Amino acid sequence: MTGTATEVVAVRCEDMQEALAGAADGSVVLTRAERRHVERCLRCQAEVVQYRKLLRTLRTLRTDVLEPAPGLLADILATIEEAGERQAVRSALSGRRIAYLGGLAAATAAGAAGALVFATRSRRTRLAG
Amino acid sequence: MADLVAAAQAGERRAFEELVRMTYVETYTLAHRLTGDEEDARDVVQEAYLRAYRGLHRFRGDARFTTWLYRITANCAATHLGRHGRHRHEELDEATAGADLHPDRDPALRADAGELRDRLRTALEELPPRLRAVVLLRDVYDLPHEAIAAELGISESAAKVRLHRARNKLREQLFGRHEDDSRAM
Repeated sequence: MTGTATEVVAVRCEDMQEALAGAADGSVVLTRAERRHVERCLRCQAEVVQYRKLLRTLRTLRTDVLEPAPGLLADILATIEEAGERQAVRSALSGRRIAYLGGLAAATAAGAAGALVFATRSRRTRLAG
Repeated sequence: MADLVAAAQAGERRAFEELVRMTYVETYTLAHRLTGDEEDARDVVQEAYLRAYRGLHRFRGDARFTTWLYRITANCAATHLGRHGRHRHEELDEATAGADLHPDRDPALRADAGELRDRLRTALEELPPRLRAVVLLRDVYDLPHEAIAAELGISESAAKVRLHRARNKLREQLFGRHEDDSRAM
């Protein structure tokens, strides 16, 4: 035993649980006092080993797959197709709306320009008269 | 896959459909693990792909496409389970509980860890859904705490607490509780 009595008393197994799981996945670095505790605590050593095994086994589940019942792929693709068609219709309508508004704006501008020309000519005529 | 993602983002629906073909079994597996129910998993997967299709322009490519998809799936599963206000895990019969799982392709790993993995599958199914979701997303699908918290609608610290509780429950379930006489103090 190299630790002091204070260090031994300061760290209890109950306080170590979260740190042990973190130490097993590398997300937590144990303090010196915690490390010393683990070095002489069979329970905590066992827990670290168990967490490591647990995490390793959890990772292997990543390659396990469940075969869905037939028809799922077709259902997903049908949903996407439907969404794609709705999107196409929306963008077509949106395009028409833009063209309509553009036309309306052009007509308004032309009207305003015509009115301006007419007003200018009338003024010149009055001044000449 | 990156080329397909780029093509899909450029508006090629066929490219997105190919991405679906490549990923739907894994996505379904995650959805099934999160919901514990085949029908719920089907609904969640369809919703997830629909959201992915509509939000594809938001995928920036700083994570893998599958990771992005898992986040969406987790979010859909949380919404789905919340909307239904219950969990159908209890209705699972033994035939659906992992009967279709493909064994790992590594023979050594299969020999060493096969039994433990079977017990782990059972232990996972017995976890409360909110704990199971966190441990699956973190320790199986490798999502960061921040992403898990965001998709499940909880704080990052809550996600960490749930992860710790889930791991501890699984550990106890697989290896049993410790006897007090092995303590250092």
